[in-house]
Amino acid sequence: MKLKYFSAPYLVWMVVFIVVPLLMIGFFAFTNEDGQFTMKYISDVGQYANIFVRSIWLSLIATAICLVIAYPVAFILSRMEKHKQGTMLMIVMLPMWMNFLLRTYAWMTLLGNNGIINHLLGMVGLGPFKLINTSGAVVLGMVYNYLPFMILPLYSVMEKIDNSMFEAAEDLGCSYFQTLFRVIVPLSVPGITSGITMVFVPAISTFIISRMLGGGSNLLIGDLIEMQFLGNAYNPHLGAAISLVLMVIILVIMTVMNQFDPDDQVLM
Amino acid sequence: MKKIFSLISAAILSMSMLASCAENEDSAEETEEESVQQTLTVADTEYYTRFKDKGISINVYNWGEYISTGADEGTLDVNGEFEKLTGIKVNYTNFATNEELYAKLKGGAASYDVIIPSDYMISKMINEDMIQPLDFDNIPNFSYIMENFHNQDYDPENAYSVPYTWGTVGIIYDTTMIDMAAEDIDWDLLWNEDYADQILMFDNPRDAFAIAEIMLGYSINTENEEELRHAAAKLLSQKKNVQAYVMDEVFDKMGAGDALIAPYYAGDALTIMEDNEDLGFVVPKSGTNLFIDAMCVPTNARQKEAAEMYINFMCEPDIAYSNIDYICYSTPHQAAYEMLDEEVQQSHISYPDQDFIRDKTTVFVNLSDEANQLMQDLWTEMKSAEDETANRWIVPVFLVFCILLMAFVLIKRHIKKKKDIF
Repeated sequence: MKLKYFSAPYLVWMVVFIVVPLLMIGFFAFTNEDGQFTMKYISDVGQYANIFVRSIWLSLIATAICLVIAYPVAFILSRMEKHKQGTMLMIVMLPMWMNFLLRTYAWMTLLGNNGIINHLLGMVGLGPFKLINTSGAVVLGMVYNYLPFMILPLYSVMEKIDNSMFEAAEDLGCSYFQTLFRVIVPLSVPGITSGITMVFVPAISTFIISRMLGGGSNLLIGDLIEMQFLGNAYNPHLGAAISLVLMVIILVIMTVMNQFDPDDQVLM
Repeated sequence: MKKIFSLISAAILSMSMLASCAENEDSAEETEEESVQQTLTVADTEYYTRFKDKGISINVYNWGEYISTGADEGTLDVNGEFEKLTGIKVNYTNFATNEELYAKLKGGAASYDVIIPSDYMISKMINEDMIQPLDFDNIPNFSYIMENFHNQDYDPENAYSVPYTWGTVGIIYDTTMIDMAAEDIDWDLLWNEDYADQILMFDNPRDAFAIAEIMLGYSINTENEEELRHAAAKLLSQKKNVQAYVMDEVFDKMGAGDALIAPYYAGDALTIMEDNEDLGFVVPKSGTNLFIDAMCVPTNARQKEAAEMYINFMCEPDIAYSNIDYICYSTPHQAAYEMLDEEVQQSHISYPDQDFIRDKTTVFVNLSDEANQLMQDLWTEMKSAEDETANRWIVPVFLVFCILLMAFVLIKRHIKKKKDIF
């Protein structure tokens, strides 16, 4: 077929901007300044184990919260009348029209010690609470920024579930909860897995959220990588090694996720 | 479905790109204001018109908000004036940290003609042959630079750099909440438990270590491992009182009263104090870091002579005055200093007295790669050290979670296989 020639531009793009950089990361991670093979940097990554654990932990929490919030939202959305769905989807997407940095910056003012939330609480005689510069604030930033990425895939799967499914389930004597767990959830598994991937992957590698909302003492892997390139010691080799380990972790977690897929179809 | 995924992935991509762009800050911002009241006079017009109509352009890489743009009434648009006078086009871009500048130059992709790094970065770049000696015959205005800013430690022969601005690091504090006389305030205020959670700290190892090193009586340029470890321990003991580690967020947080105490650079402190009148600034008596930002020409510059012309132009009294008036830092330029208001000249914040500067301030020089790496590691260690209680349960819980997940997956597969048999 001649059609395959149309994919040439993307192929070139992929090779130049995805494959080559990936190979370069691998090269930097396993070499020293003189270009000789070394395992030093990969083993050095071990000393940051607690930062890795914290990143994985915080982004897992954020992903779980996103799932809990997004699931009912996506379901309600998918059962709305068609013309309303478009409007509601747009409202879900609306925050994404604004710059990512700006949205996170806004939370700084909201959560500050003299911020709006503490100010309002103060008026009813509560607080002030320490909201910003905590790991909770980092999770909040992740949930806020990545929630649409959970809602959209869930919605697109649920939209395809026909109402007659629920009627059939009820006819066969399913209770409310049985319908939910034996019909809706199994049918939406592809949406759940891809939603989790879409939220988890950017969340685990973010650095600006933890910098702005975590007060600089809730370091994540992203901060660690950034520090190797723009920090005091310019060390691209260690930075590449950390990135490589991060990629492996994400790969492992995504493989586990794909096991849940009923048809073993790979979505991402 | 596939379509939606690709759409979303595109959205993620563009989002992260936006975020990184915004990080790098706005590039060229040349406002063409007509209302220039101050008129420019240069000593030697002929010198500046040599390259006219040759279609030359130079790339200038400077800190953000670090040049007079003519946006305020009565000030000069420096780059605009330079273009008008010489016919050389200026491509002006910004960086946020010395390290960003270094990474950009080291990467080799970008070519700049004039850069304005700080002291320690200049010595690092000299060591690595990244900047070249200047031809001072092309920079006659160097004679305006005050004697005591010649031959600094970072450039002992003064062959590579022309000082642009300088300043000191001090403490910004809320005068209404902190009941201390300014002359009693010293660095230990940042460790004071009475103000726990009201203290901000530098989010940059070099500046943070310098404070700890001054308190411990070490040199701020120490490379001694033991001293660095002591300094790190000192910083760790401060951590429980620190509200956040920040850099430019200081402007917001101190301006809004979210924190009471923060160490920062004198010039920026003046800017913050304009917004919040309750704030005061003090240069601690036990000594501090004196920083100097100077103009240099990278080794791979394409237009060296035009770059030197630009540097000379920046040292024209009118231009130097405009810049210093705009950025509020201190000037090493004698004529510009004399043009300042007497109030500013006498200010202890911008111009501490000479004896203090000579005896109590130190300029950063570059540290060895090993010392830099050690400092970076100690800093990461210090910042990621958590209270024992929080750390103890995270790791096991995570491991248990992983095991449960794996078990669940395996069992599920097992059941599925059984089902398939029937």
